Amino acid sequence: MSTAVDNRSWLQRNKMTVTPLLFLLPGALFFIVYVISPIIQSFNISLYEWDGLGKATYVGLANYEELLDDRSFEISIWNNLKWLSLYLLAIPAGLLIALFLNQNIVGIRIYKSLFFFPFVLSQVVVGLVFSWFYLPREGLLNAILTFFGFETINVLGDPGMATYGIIAAGLWPQTAYCMILYLTGLNAVDPEQIEAGRLDGAKGPRMLWYIILPQLRPATFIAFVVTIIGALRSFDLISVMTNGGPFGSTRVLSFYMFEKALSEYGFRMGYGSAIAVVLFLIMLVFIGYFLWSMYRDERAART
Amino acid sequence: MFPKPIEKRSRAAQISYQTLVPIALIIWLLPLIAVAMFSIRPLTDFTTGNYWGLPSSFDFFSNYGKVFLESDMPKYMWNSVLITVPTVIGAVALSAMTGFALGIYKFRGNLVIFFMFIAGNFVPFQILMVPVRELTVSAGLYDTKMGLVMFHIAFQTGFCTLFMRNFIRALPFELIEAARVEGVKEWRIFWFVVLPLMRPALAALAVLIFTFIWNDYFWAIVLTQGPDSQPVTAGITSFNSQFIAQYHLMSAGSIVAAIPPVLMFFMMQKHFIAGLTLGAVK
Repeated sequence: MSTAVDNRSWLQRNKMTVTPLLFLLPGALFFIVYVISPIIQSFNISLYEWDGLGKATYVGLANYEELLDDRSFEISIWNNLKWLSLYLLAIPAGLLIALFLNQNIVGIRIYKSLFFFPFVLSQVVVGLVFSWFYLPREGLLNAILTFFGFETINVLGDPGMATYGIIAAGLWPQTAYCMILYLTGLNAVDPEQIEAGRLDGAKGPRMLWYIILPQLRPATFIAFVVTIIGALRSFDLISVMTNGGPFGSTRVLSFYMFEKALSEYGFRMGYGSAIAVVLFLIMLVFIGYFLWSMYRDERAART
Repeated sequence: MFPKPIEKRSRAAQISYQTLVPIALIIWLLPLIAVAMFSIRPLTDFTTGNYWGLPSSFDFFSNYGKVFLESDMPKYMWNSVLITVPTVIGAVALSAMTGFALGIYKFRGNLVIFFMFIAGNFVPFQILMVPVRELTVSAGLYDTKMGLVMFHIAFQTGFCTLFMRNFIRALPFELIEAARVEGVKEWRIFWFVVLPLMRPALAALAVLIFTFIWNDYFWAIVLTQGPDSQPVTAGITSFNSQFIAQYHLMSAGSIVAAIPPVLMFFMMQKHFIAGLTLGAVK
């Protein structure tokens, strides 16, 4: 029996395991401390009644039971649903603008950048821009409505309209983002397939549906992921444009959580965390789906 | 190309397309144009109700001058710079390493760790809010720029790792194998072989993270208060309460606050769009 003596040091023998771990360490450490462990802690805090300063008292699932009877929580959930479904309009709208701009005329590149650049503005600025746009007296929207002989409207002052007004503001940068995704996608569409489609007599909408859209699937997937996450994360616009009002009609879960935990309405960290957990679980459904699709691609790429 | 190129259509179609595009653009940017027009008006126009007519005087310089000289705006802007730049450096540095580890090496748990980074990146901020705030307070970093920077670096590492790892995956692996055969040490492969090839990814990430962090509002109001450390997104609300109902000044203020990321975008457009659309084409 011959055992070849390996007289390299332990470190040298295991360098293909140790090296990646060392490279991962700083990033993973940061991520665990600031992202992973806070998620677990939030689950735990949601079982307590705690004002953030004094002692926390364990209350079991009482916070969650309270949620069931909380009218504001119900409104927030409904508004989240409105956000989710209407925000998705950014995808077809972005595709439409991309199709409109996918030409070669003089200056088209500048036009594309100018169409895109609302995405670069912060949501705070977008929120301010649109709240001034909607102003009953000074706003441009009402100036236009009056010009065409319509009644003026107070978008953000009307509980029935305010949420839609905010979503419209959110759609502006989001559409720009979807547009740029589709412009990139359209650039890479296989010209031979288009030619083949033309020979088969496909035109306009049929061409789009059967030949172009299937090739745009990666762009659509990213647009979908980012739009869903964006819809559920909506906070800045609401905070800036209505601060949850009028009469709490524009609250969504993310905003309501902040109100409960960190504003003058009382420092209820436990109750706030319970709302955050609900939001997290809703998001988890989508995150699970996204990860699963990415995992499939990953597997396909390996075999 | 789809739709059919306009130059293959009739002359009339071409002319109408060429007039339609600028009109569509003006409609698209209308809310912003309105704000820009407000920002050069004098106060008297608002008291007399002259919102959309010709401005009674051109007050660009005095309005924007007030923003810079008579408010905390420059301070907030500088805070934003001091928060954004270190975050960009930190997140890009950390994720270059994590991306390298996950993209080059095969080890057990590789995919699990990678998916942990992706999943964390999608999480709602509110589930992190209470513990992160506690952590920041107990570390003595509440209401400091450092406290914000630390969190931002950690959170952005998720997205950056996804980006870097996929970019490294697309590099020719033979290069690394060749270096290994030559006996080059692993960290030297990272530094001298992989990092130079990653330059476009580093640039794209840097501009993206700059914009994301400059535009952050939620964490700014959760982790800071007051003009000593608040970035401009949060500071603009105090600015607006200082100049309440003076729409000419508020408009000028928000345009100023928006300029740095807009400039960054127009200067680094190629990298910016390459970064945003990575993965949009197979």
